[in-house]
Amino acid sequence: MNGVLKVLLDIFRQPSVIVALISLIGLALQRKPATDIMKGTIRTFVGFLVLAAGAGVVTNALDPFGDMFQHAFHVQGVVPNNEAIVGTVLVKYGSVAALIFFFGMIVNVILSATSYFKYVYLSGHVAFYMATMITVIFVAAGFQTWQTLLWGSIAQGLVVTLSPAVVQPFMKKVTGTDDVALGHTGGSGIALGGLVATLTRSKKHPSKSTEDINFPKNLGFLRDTTVIVALSMAVIYVIVALFAGPAYIESKLSNGQNFIVYVIIEAATFSAGVYIILAGVRVVLGEIVPAFKGISEHLVKNAKPALDVPVTFTFAPNAVLIGFLSSFVGGIVGMTVMAVAHTTVIIPGVVAHFMTGGATGVIGNGAGGRRGAVLGSFVNGLVITFLPLLLLPVLGSVGKGAATYSDADFGVAGIFLGYLNKAGGQIAIIAGLVIVLILVYVASYFLNRRKNTIADAADVAEKTQATA
Amino acid sequence: MKILTVCSTGLGSSFMTQLNIDKALKELGVTGVETDHRDLGSVSPGDADVIFVGRDIADAAKDLGDVVVLDSLIDMKEIKEKLIEALKRHGVAVPGEEQA
Repeated sequence: MNGVLKVLLDIFRQPSVIVALISLIGLALQRKPATDIMKGTIRTFVGFLVLAAGAGVVTNALDPFGDMFQHAFHVQGVVPNNEAIVGTVLVKYGSVAALIFFFGMIVNVILSATSYFKYVYLSGHVAFYMATMITVIFVAAGFQTWQTLLWGSIAQGLVVTLSPAVVQPFMKKVTGTDDVALGHTGGSGIALGGLVATLTRSKKHPSKSTEDINFPKNLGFLRDTTVIVALSMAVIYVIVALFAGPAYIESKLSNGQNFIVYVIIEAATFSAGVYIILAGVRVVLGEIVPAFKGISEHLVKNAKPALDVPVTFTFAPNAVLIGFLSSFVGGIVGMTVMAVAHTTVIIPGVVAHFMTGGATGVIGNGAGGRRGAVLGSFVNGLVITFLPLLLLPVLGSVGKGAATYSDADFGVAGIFLGYLNKAGGQIAIIAGLVIVLILVYVASYFLNRRKNTIADAADVAEKTQATA
Repeated sequence: MKILTVCSTGLGSSFMTQLNIDKALKELGVTGVETDHRDLGSVSPGDADVIFVGRDIADAAKDLGDVVVLDSLIDMKEIKEKLIEALKRHGVAVPGEEQA
């Protein structure tokens, strides 16, 4: 009997199995034919193993980087790259993270169906990354597995419902409608950028739109993730290698291979690992997200889909590049401050600066023209450099690696939960989540009343006009 | 016939566009069209009959064959119109066009 139980436990402890099961449920709910269900389930099963293999590649390429940085500058250097950190975490806590992701979707649907915040988060990949971070924090707080699942899913649901809500006022200005929202883990940084753009707007001399500029077209290669990751990591690796010196690298790390050749291969390997992880994530989510989309469309009236950042990119392509560059400058300024202050150094993560900086550029441009795009993105760049630094201590053993989470929402949610744990342990986390839940419904009550009052006023106005 | 949607990471917006195209195909009563989403780096010319991209990556994607550029990834009307054009270009019958 014990033998059977052990086999069952062995099966269900495998994250790949859990993810495949979720996919199976997703496909069954969509009432797909049996062959499709089998195909999709096996694809997800294999996809997760692809992802795990990519995690190994990324980690192997990142380890020598950590050693070189330590040797060269005597402080820890950390690269914020979601794929790298998520890959590592999934190998360890994959089952719990996958379940929090799944139940977090359900909490998201419940919240959007019952509260004022009707945002259905369709960016599955970043939601998945968020679930891994929440898992890490709850595990570090010492929760039992069932408690991690319960409170973690509530936390996950709250984050993905509220993040689009804070960006929405600015998103409306960009898209011209209230029907679509932004769903990305950069949400809070993008909203802050939008706020900065609004506050620095001048009434007398309004800044012109970024889209009036004729931007050089040859920056287009920046949009290819594989290229940009390999290129930026190569630059960073070579700089650090020059400081670490050939003697150290060739004797300790590269086994005698020329140190520049060695680090360029390692940088390219990092990009290769990210490529593999992305391929895995794509397969894993391919079967789950359509089910979630279908179900939420049925259950939530007037739901606003919260979509990935490139949705904004089409509205102002120039602002994307301006935002990326400005955010990246913010990241370099932040890194310099850390280097001078001798803290752990957060190296600008190019993908994060491109995605969230680009989106902040578009949002900032919508709120305050060129100046808004530049200033808003600069602030976003500072935010996504300093938040990861504050986040590291609450990530437990995961925070000691050479990679970390990059975007602002990871920082905001992680710091909120992590420091509550530091202040008052598990009770404080639970209390914090309950308070946020109550606030969501209190805010909904007042916002709904205001909406109804406005609607009533419009009704009355219409009637008065009709009678007049 | 095969349609690919492409964005820079091949995760979020290309996926959403693919789901919207699936929806439009269903509404138009078109069957037998395969759809998938991909990242910019792993698409090569000939991978699909038609490739849909947002206008932000239009330039980087211009050599991939029959590329359809969407001005907005969220405008169902635009997606439907450009989809009908593309289907016709490749000789696919569109039964539900009148209602579109």
